[in-house]
Amino acid sequence: MLEVRDVHTYYGDSYVLQGVSLEVAQGQVVALLGRNGMGKTTLIRSLIGFTPPRRGRVVFKGTDITGWASNRAVDLGIGLVPQGRRVFPSLTVAENLAVAARRPGGPWDVARVMTLFPRLGERAGHRAGKLSGGEQQMLAVARALMTNPELLLMDEPTEGLAPILVREVGKVIADLKAHGLSILLVEQNLAMALGVADHVHVMSRGRIVHSCPPGALWNDTEVKTRYLGL
Amino acid sequence: MDFWISQVFNGISYGALLFLLAGGLTLIFGMMRIINLTHGSYFLLGGYVGLTVIWRTGSFPLAILVGAVAIAVLGVVQWRLFLHRLAGEELGQVLTTVGFALIFQDLALVIWGGEPYTIPAPAALTGAFNTGTLYFPVYRVFMIGVAAVVAVVLWFVLERTRVGAMMRATVDDAEMAGGVGIDVRRISMGVFALGALLAAGAGVVGGAFVGVYPGADFEILPYAFVVVIVGGMGSLRGALIGSLLVGLLDNFGKALFPEFSYFTLFAPMAAILAIRPTGLFGRA
Ligand SMILES: Nc1ncnc2c1ncn2[C@@H]1O[C@H](COP(=O)(O)OP(=O)(O)OP(=O)(O)O)[C@@H](O)[C@H]1O
Ligand SMILES: [Mg+2]
Repeated sequence: MLEVRDVHTYYGDSYVLQGVSLEVAQGQVVALLGRNGMGKTTLIRSLIGFTPPRRGRVVFKGTDITGWASNRAVDLGIGLVPQGRRVFPSLTVAENLAVAARRPGGPWDVARVMTLFPRLGERAGHRAGKLSGGEQQMLAVARALMTNPELLLMDEPTEGLAPILVREVGKVIADLKAHGLSILLVEQNLAMALGVADHVHVMSRGRIVHSCPPGALWNDTEVKTRYLGL
Repeated sequence: MDFWISQVFNGISYGALLFLLAGGLTLIFGMMRIINLTHGSYFLLGGYVGLTVIWRTGSFPLAILVGAVAIAVLGVVQWRLFLHRLAGEELGQVLTTVGFALIFQDLALVIWGGEPYTIPAPAALTGAFNTGTLYFPVYRVFMIGVAAVVAVVLWFVLERTRVGAMMRATVDDAEMAGGVGIDVRRISMGVFALGALLAAGAGVVGGAFVGVYPGADFEILPYAFVVVIVGGMGSLRGALIGSLLVGLLDNFGKALFPEFSYFTLFAPMAAILAIRPTGLFGRA
């Protein structure tokens, strides 16, 4: 589904991603872990086209999408739940969903998204900027689903959420996976990530330094202390 | 009393013309963050193209249509070739658009010469409504009507359609708009075309009112910017209120204190900005 081959990404002169490669297979959840500032968001930005890589290839469904404008990547089937939610604050909940409706014929539309998140239905006419953090996070996920993605990029969807909501998000992710969606999940919440992932990569200073099945990480104290600060 | 009523009416009708000009400018300026000093040139060129169409065909509606569309195309070409590369570079935008304004000014001088013209209004729009002592020129009423229709249509598109919501999403967070699949470039181009279209249409409508003459571009440009800044960048409601305010201030300034008319226009603007730096309806 997604193949990232030796991607190098810069912000101006600052060399952040120093050769990242990974794959996400159809229907898999791949978790990307790592401490703050290690380049996880930069990888997501490189994939969706916000900060195109200077070297390397991003291949999605067999198509080389390196350097594509974001909207074209979305049209091809990549959905984004960005770090910090980034809902459109001056738009209503309903408008946030409407502007993201893409790829008609796919399984997701406003009605279906609101069944998954009933709270959004109750708040349809409210400005997104006025929602609580948890509601904004649900809206960010719902908005990404409206693009009818085949691959979902989720960047710290549990950041700043209360434990009960973290569990909620974990359930939603498991649910989406059960529907056959492929997911690249950036997380700081180890338990949640290991609970849903099929495979785990650990990033440090712009490189992937460790890859393993989720079960193996629980007992790997060395990796956990060295790269995750646990 | 009659003096006040007719001055208010005059101020509102001039405000209506300013709204046609500033409505597009506030969208370009506020939504796309492009400082477009060519906006006054669209007004003037629209007027000249309209004039030529009137000379050839005698049709006033055709003059508005052709003038507006021709200049919208010009604006899109200008945006496509130059301005969209200058996102976020204000100095580059100012220099480029001033350069274009000067080029267009010279071009107009070469094509249409230096004489002042007035676009002949159709017979149905000449004359005045008379109510005893009061006197309301039909053409001014027409301008108010055009501005009102444009305001309602713009409001509807912006607030009640999906495309309008996409435009507002782009203003909120352009990068993320792309991240949900919105073609931000196409939206920007559309907004730019619309802005140029309105300015040029205003040029034809205004050409029968203030005339079409060399220098009209740089004369009207500061008014449009005052409206946008006072009203708040990107706010349609701000542009509407701002236009009426500036129209009235300008009119009363010129009628009551002709020697201080710039002062009566710009002093209230400074006062408003001192209290609300983002303008009346602007967002930070
Ligand atoms: N826009 C930017 N311009 C310059 N440097 C940046 C920019 N964004 C991030 N960086 C730098 O790039 C490095 C990687 O940042 P990134 O946001 O990818 O980390 P992260 O792993 O997502 O961290 P976090 O867990 O805090 O979200 C950091 O050193 C950061 O300071
Ligand atoms: Mg991050």
